[in-house]
Amino acid sequence: MANWIPLWVHKLSSPPNFYRFAGVLRPWALGLALVLGAIALYGGLVLAPADYQQGDAYRIIFIHVPSAWMSLFIYGVMAVAAFISLVWRIKLAEVVAMESAPIGAAFTFITLVTGSLWGKPMWGTWWTWDARLTSELVLLFLYLGVIGLYHSFEDRRQGARAAAFLAIIGIINVPIVHFSVNWWNTLHQGSTVRILGPSKMSSDMLWPLLTMMFATKFYYIASLFGRVRTDLLSLESGKDWVRQIAEAQGGASAAGAGRARAAEKESQR
Amino acid sequence: MTPFSWDHFIAMGGYAAYVWPSFALFFIVLIADYLSPGFRRRRQLRELRGRMARQAARQQRNPSVP
Repeated sequence: MANWIPLWVHKLSSPPNFYRFAGVLRPWALGLALVLGAIALYGGLVLAPADYQQGDAYRIIFIHVPSAWMSLFIYGVMAVAAFISLVWRIKLAEVVAMESAPIGAAFTFITLVTGSLWGKPMWGTWWTWDARLTSELVLLFLYLGVIGLYHSFEDRRQGARAAAFLAIIGIINVPIVHFSVNWWNTLHQGSTVRILGPSKMSSDMLWPLLTMMFATKFYYIASLFGRVRTDLLSLESGKDWVRQIAEAQGGASAAGAGRARAAEKESQR
Repeated sequence: MTPFSWDHFIAMGGYAAYVWPSFALFFIVLIADYLSPGFRRRRQLRELRGRMARQAARQQRNPSVP
């Protein structure tokens, strides 16, 4: 690895260290996600007033939009991690990229279905082949392609390399999803929340939406860390640190007993 | 603001059939996503323990082979 990268990154990216680090952080991330999510739901479902045009149906926004943001954000993380894994061959980056895909697919699926449930009462149709909806569907297929490619190789590291290429090529779709409402005529409304400049949304609707955005970010960290821990165990299953975990969790299992017998025999020789 | 009423809340201004399935789906998908690696992990560790047990037994039968 390049020597401008600080030492602690080196240390953290070693599988046993990251396994422990993620194990400590994961419950905190989930806790924050649950607390923020509960606050956001209370704000969005109870405190926020009904929309003057859409009535209460607009409340789907509080999960639809954060999920859509996450579907793009996770794709970005996945593509960057995939790039790092191809260039520097860091095992952890590879695992982060491959384990981000199912979470991203989950959020994309939620976005599509909640959008459909919102579209039916507001547009009068469950689905239309317009730019925003179609590009989001392509995003789902890209995620599924990455997952499928990863699992279709006998050697998982080879599968991860192939899937990483697909993830990087597919990044082109992310700006297409984002700008589709500006580039093409579409049923889908334009963006109401702006990073630059004021949002076109009343503040009692905006704060639950932004709170939910942070909740989904923390949820992503919690879910990703759980997945990465599991993947590291199987990737490193021959190593001592994984064997120790297996033994510790197996308790007085046959493996422990067998090993003890073997050790006994060893000491007798 | 009108006082909070459960009936009013559940009705979602007539859009309950669209709003509640959306929220249910959100939670079902994310809960499934969150729990799935735990099952995978348990299975992996069980298989690894099995491998270790077989290895140990082999070693016991034939100590010269590592």
